[in-house]
Formats: sequence, C-alpha cells, structure tokens
Amino acid sequence: MSDPSTASIVSTPAAHPTDSPAPATQGPQSNEKPRGLLGDAWRDLRRKPLFWISATLIVVFLLMAAFPALFAPGDAVNGSLSRSLDKPSANGWFGYDVQGRDVYARVIYGARASIVVAVLSVLGTLLVGGTMGIIAGYRGGWVDGLLSRIADVFFGLPFVLGAIVILTTFNGSGTSNSKAEIMGLVIVSLTVLSWPVVMRLMRSSVLATKEADYIVAARALGAGTGRIILKHLLPNCLAPLLVYGTIMVGSFIGAEATLSFLGVGLKSPVVSWGIMISDGQQFIRVAPGLVFFPAAFLVTAVLSFVMLGEAVREALDPKLR
Amino acid sequence: MRVSKRATSAIALSAAAALVASGCSSGGGDGDAAASKDGSIVIHGVQPENPMVPANTTETGGGKIVDWLWTGLVEYPNDGGAPRNALAESIDTKDSKVFTIKIKKGTKFHDGTEVKAKNFVDAWNWAAYSPNGAQNGTFFSDIAGFDQTYTEDPDGADGPKKAPVPSAKEMSGLKVIDEQTFEVTLAAPTAVFPTKLGYSAFMPLPDAFFTMKPEEFGKKPIGNGPVKFVSWEDNVLIKLTRFDDYNLRDKMKIKDVDVKLYQDENAAYNDLLANNLDFMEVVPTSALAGDKWKTDLGDRGMNTVTPSTAFIAFPIYDKRFQDPKLRRAVSLSINRQEISDKIFFGTRKPADSWANPLTPGAKPGNCTACKFDPTTAKQLLTEAGGFTGEMVLYYNADSSHKDWMDAVAQQIKTNLGIEARAEGVPTFAVFRQNINAHKMTGLYRAAWQQDYPDVENWVNPLFVTGGSSNDGLYSNKEVDALAKQASAAPSLEASHEAFAKAVELVDKDVPTIPIYFYGQQSGHSEKIKKLELNNVGELDITSVEL
Amino acid sequence: MGRYLLRRLLQLVPVFIGTTFLIYALVWAVPGDPFAGKCGERRCPDQYIAFMTEKYHLDQNVFVQYANYMKNLVQGDFGQTFSQREISDIILTSYPNTLKLALVALAIEAVIGLGAGVLTGLRRNGFLDNLVLVSTLFLIALPVFVIGFLLQWLLGVQWGIIKPTVSSEMRLSELIVPGFVLGSASVAYIARVARTSIAENRRADYVRTAIAKGLPMRRVVGVHLLRNSLIPVVTLLGTDLGALMGGAIVTEGIFGINGIGRQVFRAIVTKESATVVGIVVVLVLVYLVMNLLVDLLYAALDPRIRYE
Repeated sequence: MSDPSTASIVSTPAAHPTDSPAPATQGPQSNEKPRGLLGDAWRDLRRKPLFWISATLIVVFLLMAAFPALFAPGDAVNGSLSRSLDKPSANGWFGYDVQGRDVYARVIYGARASIVVAVLSVLGTLLVGGTMGIIAGYRGGWVDGLLSRIADVFFGLPFVLGAIVILTTFNGSGTSNSKAEIMGLVIVSLTVLSWPVVMRLMRSSVLATKEADYIVAARALGAGTGRIILKHLLPNCLAPLLVYGTIMVGSFIGAEATLSFLGVGLKSPVVSWGIMISDGQQFIRVAPGLVFFPAAFLVTAVLSFVMLGEAVREALDPKLR
Repeated sequence: MRVSKRATSAIALSAAAALVASGCSSGGGDGDAAASKDGSIVIHGVQPENPMVPANTTETGGGKIVDWLWTGLVEYPNDGGAPRNALAESIDTKDSKVFTIKIKKGTKFHDGTEVKAKNFVDAWNWAAYSPNGAQNGTFFSDIAGFDQTYTEDPDGADGPKKAPVPSAKEMSGLKVIDEQTFEVTLAAPTAVFPTKLGYSAFMPLPDAFFTMKPEEFGKKPIGNGPVKFVSWEDNVLIKLTRFDDYNLRDKMKIKDVDVKLYQDENAAYNDLLANNLDFMEVVPTSALAGDKWKTDLGDRGMNTVTPSTAFIAFPIYDKRFQDPKLRRAVSLSINRQEISDKIFFGTRKPADSWANPLTPGAKPGNCTACKFDPTTAKQLLTEAGGFTGEMVLYYNADSSHKDWMDAVAQQIKTNLGIEARAEGVPTFAVFRQNINAHKMTGLYRAAWQQDYPDVENWVNPLFVTGGSSNDGLYSNKEVDALAKQASAAPSLEASHEAFAKAVELVDKDVPTIPIYFYGQQSGHSEKIKKLELNNVGELDITSVEL
Repeated sequence: MGRYLLRRLLQLVPVFIGTTFLIYALVWAVPGDPFAGKCGERRCPDQYIAFMTEKYHLDQNVFVQYANYMKNLVQGDFGQTFSQREISDIILTSYPNTLKLALVALAIEAVIGLGAGVLTGLRRNGFLDNLVLVSTLFLIALPVFVIGFLLQWLLGVQWGIIKPTVSSEMRLSELIVPGFVLGSASVAYIARVARTSIAENRRADYVRTAIAKGLPMRRVVGVHLLRNSLIPVVTLLGTDLGALMGGAIVTEGIFGINGIGRQVFRAIVTKESATVVGIVVVLVLVYLVMNLLVDLLYAALDPRIRYE
C-alpha cells in the first residue's frame, strides 16, 4: 500500500542513482579523487555567473546589515518636521519621509532588521519543518501519523491570529523587551506558524526518495540510519526546500511588515523595509518614493536570495546538469 | 483594518450643540424638489457594533443611525445656536432641581403608536436599572433615586463578588403627570440638565421595546425620527426610508437612504470619486496628504471643525510625572503648529485652550502651557530635576495615530534632550484596559468629544477627582471645589464663570496636554445639490436635496 | 479505495478537535478585556461588563467554556457574537463571498502561474525566464495592500475601467481584479514549481521517446509533459485554497467584500472565541477536504500512485 502523500512536490523519484558514494558502484574509469555530492555541486557552482552575481549582492546586503554606517552617513532615526516630505536632493538622495527622516539612511539601516528577521525565520522554519518532515517520512507509521496531524492542526491556524496571540502575550505594551528579544519573538512566531508547509514538503520528498535504488543499495551495504539520512536522503531532498525557502525570504519580509502594521511586530526606533512600506503607503500619491525605494531594495534582496537558491539547487540536482 | 471605534469620547458622534464655525452647508442653490421627492442616496457607514438601542449605543457606526432614527426632547441646531425644543413643548423649572417636561401631542413612533410621557419615563428607568447592563446607564445619575436602581460592583467587574440587586426598579425622581407631561426631580440642582436631553441616552422607547428582548429590538429598531428603519444586512447595507407620518420641524426631503457599510475608508473614498457613493463624512488620511482631496473633490469637498480635542495624558499616579514643572516642560516642547501643518496638512488646528472653543462657555486661548517654547521647557526640566530613563508615549495601533505620536515623541526628544519614543498598543481594548486599571507606564493619547454642549462636560469628567474620564488620577482640591460650585450654580452664566476659574487652576498643573482640535473633511457626489452637517459634523440627513 | 477514504475521514476527527481547542485557547489567551474598549474614552460601567461577562460565561475556565461550546456546536448551534448576532448567519453570508473570491484567485493563479511555468521551463535561463522571475518576485515582495491600492486607484478611479469596490451581488467580472490581487503572491510559487517540474521532466525518457517518435511538440508538451508535471502544482494549488481564504483579509477590505477575513480579525481582537472558532472550523474543513481531493487527484494524474 502506498501512502497517499507519497506524491509530492518533487515530482517523481529519481530514476537512477546518479551519485555514487558507495564503493561498489564506483567505476574504475575515473582516476579523479571521488567527490561527494557537495564537492560536485561546488565545482559546478564556480562556473556560474548567476551564482557570482547573487552571491555578491548578498554579501553587499549582509555588509549593509552589519555596518550600515558605511553606506549611509545620515541619521535614520531622528527627523525634523521642517523637512517633512521633501523631495530627493543632494543631502537626502531618496528624499525625506513625513517625519522628516532621511529615506536613504532608513533604507540602508532597514536592511538589518528585514534581512535578519527574514533569513533567520526561514532558517528556523526549514530546520523545524525539515527535521519533522524527515522523521515523519523516514519513520512512517504512527510517528508519521502523529506528526502529520500536529502539522495539520498548526496549518489550520490563521496566521494573523497566531501571531497576535504569541506577540501580544510576550511583546505587549509595557513589556520592556530589548530589540534583540523582540526580533527573536517575531522570528519564533513566524517559524511556529510556517513550519507545517515545509514539513509536508520534506515528508513527501523523503517518501518519494527513500525507496530509490541508491538508498536501498546503501541500506543493503549496512549504512546506519543517521548516515542514510544525512548523506543520501538530505542532499537529494533539499532541492524543493531551497526553492521554497528562498521565495519564503521575500514573503517573510512582507509578513514582518504586516506584524509591525498591526502593532505587534518590530517597534520604532527599529527600522525595517516592511515598516517603511506600510508607513509610506498612505503617502503613495504624494511621495511614491516612500514605498518605491524600500520596495526596490526588498525586491533586489529577495531576487538575490532566489537566484542563489536557484544556482545552488541546479548544482545539487544532477538531473539538471 | 480599522477595527476600533473612532477613538473620541464615549459618545462618539451623538448629539451636542456647538458653534460650527464654517463650511456647514455646501453647494450653491437649492435642489430640484421633484428630483428630491422620490430620490435616494447611498452614504458611507460602518457596521454598528451592537443592536441599535439608544441607551446602549456609544460608538460611531450605530450612533449615527440612532441619531437619525430618533428625535429627542431638545435638538442642537446645525448653525450652533442654543439647544431648542424638538419633541418637547416646554421644559420648565424654578430651581434647576424639579423640571416639568411637556411633550408635543400627536407625534408617532414608526410602528404607529403615539409618543407619550410614559415612553420617556420607562426608557430612562430601563437604562438606569443596572442589571440591564446599559452602556449609557450612568447618564441618569443626576436624577433622584438613581442610587437605588444602579448598584456598583463592590470589588470591580473583575472581582469575584457581584453587585447587589438594586433595591428599586424605578427612579423615584421620575413621575408621569399625564399623557404628555412628566416631572423630573434631580438629586441636586443642575443648570445644565436640559442641555443634556438631546443626547441619545435620553430618547423615548416605544411600548413594543418592553415586550421583546433588547437585542431583538435593536436589530429592527423602532424610533420616532424623520427616517424609519427598513432592513439591515450585516456588514453590507442598512436601508432607511422617509417616515411619512413625521410631523416635527425636520422632515425628510428625499425618500430613501442606503447606508453602505465599509470596512476600509479608502475603498469608500474611491467609490465616492467614482460617483458610486453620495456622501462620506470623513475622507481618509491618505487623501489629506498633499491636499489631494481638494483636487479630487473640488467644490464637492467640505471642511469643518468639530468640538473634539486630542490630548496626551500623564499617568499622574506614576511618581516620575508628579512634578507640574516636568509636565509643563513636556507641553512647552511640542511645536503644535508644525504638527498641524506637516502631519495633518493643516486639517487640524493647534490646540490653545483646555475646553474646545466650539463649546458654549469655553474660553479660547486659555492654555498657557500650549505655547511652543523650547528654552523655557529646558529650563523647567532642569528645575524639575531632569527625567531619567526613556519617556514612552503610547497609542492604540488600530487607528491612525502613529504619525502624530511619532512626531510628538521626536519633538520631546529633540527639544528636551531626553530619550523619548512612541509605541503602539495593538488594540483599543487592551489600551483602554491598561488605562482603566491605572497601569500606564508612560504618556498616552486621549481624545475628548463633548457629549453635550457645555463647558461642564470638559471639566467634571476630565479634571475633577473621581471624574469618569480622569484616568490619570489628577486631583486638586481647589479645582474640585470650584467645579462643584459651578455645577450647582443657579444659571448657566454663573456656572461658566466658575468653571473658567477652575480651568485657570488646571492650567497651572498641566494634568494633560492639549495637542490639536479636530477638523473634518467630508465629500459628496455630484448628485447631491444641497446638504448640511450638524453641530458635530455628522450629515443632517433631513437637509439633503438632490 | 473505500477503506482508504474511511481512514482519511476518521483522521479528520482528532485534527478537528485539536485545531478547535488550540484556537479556542489561543483566543482566550489574547490579553485584554473584550468589553474594556466598548465605551470609548470613558470607563464602561462595571455593571455593563459584569452583565456581558455573565451572559457569555466568560467567568468560567477555558476548558469548561470549550466543552460548552463544542456541546452546542455538535447540536448545530454556533453561538452568538458579543453584539448578539447569530454566528451561523455570519458564516452563511460571508463564506460564499470569500469562497468565490478565493476560487477566482485560484483560477487566475493557476492560469498565469502554469502558463509562465511552462514557458520558462521549456526555455530556461532565456530572457523570458528572467523576466517572469523578476515580475513574479515583484508581486511577492510588494505587500498585498500596496498592489491592491494601486490597481484600485488606477483601474477604478483614474481610468474608470472597473468599479472601485465589488457590489454585494459579487459578479464574476467584478472579482477578476480582486482575485488577481489575492492570488498575486502565490503566482510566483506556482510558476517556480511548475518551471522546475517541467524542466526536470523535459529530460525524462518518455519525453525523449515521444519526440523521437515524431510527435508534434504541442502534443508532447500538452499531453506527456504537462500531465506528468502537474502533481506538484496541484499540491500547491490545493493547499493554497485554504490559505487564500484565510489570507483574504486585506483584499476583502480594499475591495469592500463582505468576507470572513474581516470577521475573523474583528473577532480576534475582541476576544470572541466562538466567532473565531466557528469560522476557522469551516476553514479547516475546507483545508482538510482539499487535501483529500488533492491526494485523490494524484491517482488520476499518475498511474503509479494507487490507493488501496
């Protein structure tokens, strides 16, 4: 009997064992040192311009997040109403917002919160969802049933509801959480509410892969559970997660904005692109730049993550080589 | 995502009579009588939060419709004159303690029954009987015998004990004399009492109300006003139509009124621009930016002021805010003109008095702490010993307060050189709960719209010890004494005189900071040729001509 | 097949109970007194709060409240909101609207996403591929309220092509723009997944065989490639319906649609557990049923999958 959810977001099980970690299948014709899947991928990646472009952009964004002062000398927090909604000029390249704050400086300083929250939440989601998915898919039986039902319960939870409850309970008014604590809370709530999707993805991926010939072969050769999962299952199931995960970075930046908008997310003086977009929306007809600039940075950042994910995925997936 | 009521006073947009300065009526000539006669309009509204029972409606959505469906004893003219009799034939008193109220003969409820003195007495007794849980119950506290019908919970609503059952079901101060006359005896002389009678808590209820559950009644309300209720489709539409048997002054000139219930004011505004909607009372903030609404609407836009004021209040129960010098320093460091110009694009006026100047009896410009004077502010701060830690200014994030609160915080920070920031509390409910429980750890926004047009309404609830909205627990014995003397004064003039003295003392203590006076920008479609707004900026439905 | 279906249906029961309890408890845990903000800037009379608290049994602990709620629910009584409306009425009037909107969004998403996916999957890394990638990502990155506001403003007010808001009849033609706005965020996911899937299957033996046989390209793509690449897309679309319905709150607000999104949000902040659970219960059912349907569809799309 096949489990209903065998069918998955990864289409069909890999037809052939393409990677050959087991010595038995190692052909004598190769005189190179046998490389693992990851080594292969790295060699492949190095040749791709897509990889280099996206990696450079990401490094720039990470630098921006770590040392914003390098990029913008201006003050991102304090404004003066006398400059309110001023047009772009030599002093303020992107103009000023309604509070008279330098939009360019804010966009640069906003990188930190946006990127940290989005990337860490995605990592958290992938970690939690991925682990649960592997356990459920590999073990099957009642473990699978239990974990899947728990995921179903969380999946049914409306995002706004979950976020409001978690954040108002721990981050309500009057609580004096530090910036890092608030970020941590936002990350935790995004993770708690998003892992079921990743878990389902991973689980179906594992289900589709675990009966593949190369896994069977590895098992026959006496490989332990841990080794099979880490060395064989994980690399072969990673592709759909990477695709999903990189796009998720983008939607999490947006989700963070929604939470701030509702008054339960990041609070001023923390700046984030999401906060800037939701604040600027009211003035879109007067000063479109207030939405346009943070949105442009957001799209560029998301794009770099997606391109990187795409490059890595193609390198990891031997079928597309 | 606007979930809270417009956070003004309890009685959001109910009756009141103030001097509406300008721009009330719009359009030039008169409408076409024939077109008006069977005409219909679609206007903006929001879903009422509760079934529409006058004594249990305190929010804007339902309050507006209740005001149209009912006509009270007195009405507040649109042009800002003194309250005048509507349903009342006469309201007589010799000592401001015993009032004899005579109502006009032959007016009807929408179900065809006649409006009698008994309908008033029964309605008021119902609202004042505490087990009925009416939101406006305390409005009847002036009347003798209220303390027998309305019992307080000994340990507050959250405590385990329950309030004792009241010893009387009816207030001893109300007496029906004949079909058209009743007598009201107050517990103490109150000159302002007749002025209050136009407020929706004092509306009459038909006999039918007492035969059914209040919530059943509230879903299909029966009033006595110029329009009657037709149907209510939740979150979609409330239909009203002209009440043909109406025989008081303000008859309807058009026939049907559809109140379209919106969730999002921008959606409504776009409908207005596309001529899909005929009237919108308050255009959204996004249209105010850069004066876009003026170019969008042209001469279909209207600019008015309303008798409401936005404050920032101090939690005086917090030790850090007990020094009046510090409070004055904060107030003086705020540049109200700049906030009005830059954040509100001139649609709000910088506040310069304690009671809104549109209110009868209020003195304009009597807030000396409302000036912008950063030098004195800094000096006062030093005299007060500075401020340690971060000054947090709270607002409810479910309504658009972020921009101006951020601006105020920034000005305090810049001009006083202390740490300050504004922080949103997710919902109005949580915000109010913390304020009610006296648990605020920083300044917070507040707004007050008069319930009825008299300066008394700006002093007793806000600045007197134990006042119903004195949430910061401000207390000054001299203010209390003067206010008490003013409330019991034999005439309104004497009363206003004494209140002015009390306000002078308040000005020395700066228990709250007035920031701006509300203004209102409305718009209508090309279809409407003539309309007026009432004293609080609501559409006067009976004035509409097509 | 029958046994499989039965087992799946039985599994719904614990999920159903788990979800409803979790939601009930969460709403119960939202801080704040539901009646504290009811009277504006004035304290509500204690009497009013006490009256309402007792009326809705809010003084009991969460387990008792939940048990009472479930007992009534099983008998078909969804309870009342704090403004004394029947929750079943709210569900009956607002659900069809949200469902319609979500279905339109789903259709738009499937057509655009699949189309873009097929085009880009066949010609990977070309100009078109990159263009689709950037434009779909742009849709993801811009929050829904910005997209919605812009489209409403441009199409509805400036150019007068559509009415800015949807009328209460919810005509199909009025729903296209809101549907697009709602579905816009998911289009990118669908396009990406379809692209990957098509690209993978493009190299499969059966496609090579079909091309070698001399079949016209249209037939190869339409019949062989597409059918085999649909499974992941169908999975996403299926689970997305629930997400679209639950996430329609902003879109509904912008276009003035009387749907469940607003009801849920309002109920959460006013702590109306009964309303939240009532609406979410139906949402969870939709989600579970869609999952089941998707699983059954697999068998139709892929002969290798069989249910016993």
